[in-house]
Amino acid sequence: MNLMHYWRAMWGIIGRELWRFITQRERFISALVRPLVWLFVFAAGFRAALGLAITPPYETYILYEVYITPGLIGMIQLFNGMQSSLSMVYDREMGSMRILMVCPLPRWFLLLSKLLAGTGVSIIQVYVFLIIAWFYDIQAPLQGYIWILPALVLSGLMLGALGLLLSTFIKQLENFAGVMNFVIFPLFFMSTALYPLWKMKESSVLLSKLAEYNPFSQTVEMIRFALYGQFDQHAFLYTLGAFSLFMAAAILGYNPSKGMMVKKGGPN
Amino acid sequence: MNTQTALSIEDLSFSYSGKKALDQISFTINAGECTILLGPNGAGKSTLFSLITRLYDTHAGRIALCGFDIQKDTRHALAKLGVVFQQTTLDMDLSVEQNLRYHTALHGLSKKVAQQRIQQELERLNMYDRRFEKIRQLNGGHRRRVEIARALLHKPALLLLDEPTVGLDVPSRLAIVEYVHQLAKEENLAVLWASHLIDEIYPDDHLIVLHKGQIKAKGTVDAVLESTQTTAIKDAFYNLTQGEQA
Repeated sequence: MNLMHYWRAMWGIIGRELWRFITQRERFISALVRPLVWLFVFAAGFRAALGLAITPPYETYILYEVYITPGLIGMIQLFNGMQSSLSMVYDREMGSMRILMVCPLPRWFLLLSKLLAGTGVSIIQVYVFLIIAWFYDIQAPLQGYIWILPALVLSGLMLGALGLLLSTFIKQLENFAGVMNFVIFPLFFMSTALYPLWKMKESSVLLSKLAEYNPFSQTVEMIRFALYGQFDQHAFLYTLGAFSLFMAAAILGYNPSKGMMVKKGGPN
Repeated sequence: MNTQTALSIEDLSFSYSGKKALDQISFTINAGECTILLGPNGAGKSTLFSLITRLYDTHAGRIALCGFDIQKDTRHALAKLGVVFQQTTLDMDLSVEQNLRYHTALHGLSKKVAQQRIQQELERLNMYDRRFEKIRQLNGGHRRRVEIARALLHKPALLLLDEPTVGLDVPSRLAIVEYVHQLAKEENLAVLWASHLIDEIYPDDHLIVLHKGQIKAKGTVDAVLESTQTTAIKDAFYNLTQGEQA
């Protein structure tokens, strides 16, 4: 049980996930098509309808497509996190999760490695999306493309941990439709991904409050600022806090003496 | 603790929502012994396997692998365990070698050692030439062989097999039964094999008959036949489980 064991296991898990992603071309394409449709169709259509004032990190008037881009990056990672949760349920149903769980390493480490693997996959998707957006004239300062990387790692981990936590509640694969309706849509639409807080406040104070406390909003803001080379401390701490909370709950959920396993069976 | 004892179970009980699935069961399996766990559906075989692999927590009783308590010394205990689950746990879109490499990484084996072990285990099963094929391209029998090879890569002391021959044709089934018995003898490996099929039992095997969460009989085949005053395992099983199908 030395450090090399941890290192090899972690790269084994990450390598497997990346390889699966590379070989599943349909998954890659559909992961990209979704935000691109939003960018090319939805944002283009809304451009005229929404007027945006100058708010940080932007220093000038921007097109709606520019505003929506960090939200779409968040969307890529949100779907990816939920997809991981789907694959965890699938893995558990098919049994390959059991192979992971019987290996002689602590469960928190195995789950964290799974999360890192999913985050790595989502970051590849984000950069491909940003390259396409670049040619569509959505261009951030060059250093923004480097600054965004640590932000993407944290947001990927946070959204992945949320997916992991959900996978402890979902008993069967079929329930994933419920995740779409009750998790993905509310998180995405009640956030600053599509409209700024001040704009929401104009129509509903309650909605703007919900959006403010939505961890997805905070992670989108963290990404938005990072893309322009700035550090949003509040958004960073909020995302970090949400990650810690979701991760701790997910580890508890996968603990054989607590969480979902206990629901299945208990002491004599 | 006898160092030859690969698995020791003492007074193990487990219940689901108040309903007893296992009721104070105790047994040991020594190195080189092939023990067949026989029981009808719902006897508690899967629960027992879930407890040995620590999918569920042990609340009452004790499980130890090579002397390591599964509760207190989980990682040392799990390092001694190789498992073939009832459902296939291979990644269909990865090759045989990729699947095995994933397992060696999880067990922390270096690339060199992993390569040697993969070659050794696959050659023993005449599968080495097929290492680059995707699992999806293999038939059920060959997939099972890969799973057995995988379970042995980290040199476990105990091999758990949860009805590994279900759904296989007769020749594949016989080949796997033969191979696992040979492993127990030649590699001094302890084997716990959950089965429905009485023809998978060899005369020098040990038997555990589980019914409604309780052990109804345990010992060598001869000892079980003698205690039930029968001449065939089928009859012994019928008597012990009051007529239920295996």
